Amino acid sequence: MRFDVAAYKLRTPQSVQEALAWMAAEPGALRPLAGGTDLMVLLAAGKLPGGQFVNLWPLRELRTIEVTSDSVTLGALTTYSDVQAHPVLQQEFPMLVEAARQTGGWAIQNRGTLGGNIGNASPAADSPPALLCYDAELELRSAQGSRWLPYHGFHTGYRQTLLRPDEIIARLRLPRRRGQRLHCYRKVGPRQAQAISKVCFAGCADLEDGRLVSVRIALGGVAPTVVRCPETEHILAAATSPAALDEAAARASLSRQMAPIDDIRSTARYRRRVAENLLGQFVAVLRLHPGWATP
Amino acid sequence: MSDGSGQQIDLHFVVNGQAVTVRCHPMARLLDVLREELHLTGTKEGCGEGECGACAVVMDGELVNSCLVPAAQAAGVQLRTVEGLAAGGRLAPLQEAFLHCNGAQCGICTPGMLMAAFCLLQHNPHPSEEAVRVALAGNLCRCTGYAKIVAAVARAAQEGGDAL
Repeated sequence: MRFDVAAYKLRTPQSVQEALAWMAAEPGALRPLAGGTDLMVLLAAGKLPGGQFVNLWPLRELRTIEVTSDSVTLGALTTYSDVQAHPVLQQEFPMLVEAARQTGGWAIQNRGTLGGNIGNASPAADSPPALLCYDAELELRSAQGSRWLPYHGFHTGYRQTLLRPDEIIARLRLPRRRGQRLHCYRKVGPRQAQAISKVCFAGCADLEDGRLVSVRIALGGVAPTVVRCPETEHILAAATSPAALDEAAARASLSRQMAPIDDIRSTARYRRRVAENLLGQFVAVLRLHPGWATP
Repeated sequence: MSDGSGQQIDLHFVVNGQAVTVRCHPMARLLDVLREELHLTGTKEGCGEGECGACAVVMDGELVNSCLVPAAQAAGVQLRTVEGLAAGGRLAPLQEAFLHCNGAQCGICTPGMLMAAFCLLQHNPHPSEEAVRVALAGNLCRCTGYAKIVAAVARAAQEGGDAL
């Protein structure tokens, strides 16, 4: 065995408040542990630094899905299986459902959580590109109280986030939109199931009165963090007809917003090419949308 | 050793209908608790990183990889392992179907395959072939291939469905 289990202390709180009180008492000393699908892998590989962990998994208050007329609010412990089973998410946030379906296998989907996927901050995570496209907001909670921030901007560098050492990710909020929205999610890995992404693409757009509004594009696996691509969004949103969608300019801009690397899963060259081709597919889907104004 | 840890807990849960108490570290892998402490060695370790499903067990009705479950998260749960499928010295219909269809060769993936299939049939007694393939996608087999395993699950579903 490559790890000494006695080097880890896992404390189980009775409530979120108790967990936060512990974290406030020793800032930085306790790391949150949810479904274990990332941290337990590191543990077995002998790569998880010893120390204290706070066992969030039993806190049911963090595993709720609330739907109002304006938004869907997901507890951070919402699992990939929970996401797939929810009718409003299926209907209105299909890229998140697709990401959940394509993350790991069934056993992983039963234990992996949205909060964990965000907090683990892997640049190749599958739910973040969808969450970025859907303008997700995060609730970070500490003993001092809670703060909401846009998810866009939360990842500040490779495996770095705005989460303070005394905070946990408590909830995510997705604003609901009326009208016709087009969604395009595609994960490319070595195998259809149970594989980590080489590249992951999420794109969505609304057509209102025959015009494109609020185009969103986000990528995983091509930079030190998941990235949203505002420059490319602007280029596409400027089109007033399918023929005016400037794919070449969009591809060039996408390339500028990536910084892919060579690693065990793929090469920078492959990632760049695939990401651009996935953008090409998104543009093709946009062109075929029946909602464009007839000239 | 850090943080004056090393503190063990008395873990209570129910496995295959039997209440047990195990003294273990809260961060011990459920897989190791089952195999080393309870000597339930039917559950296998394959990859140890959640890729292969050989260690799959059913925890409170949900399929999980026991290599990724810290012991403390099994407090108070109902567990079913592969040892809990046969009853009274008789194989469960699902196991009979694996035998009949030659759904096993070296056998290391078999306990996980059985538990994933068992859990599927509990949730969905009459799954489509596609549903079987999706449910088993997290379980890797390196010898017999998947066709016979999928056929075995289909046969068990046809024969027993909910009765298994």
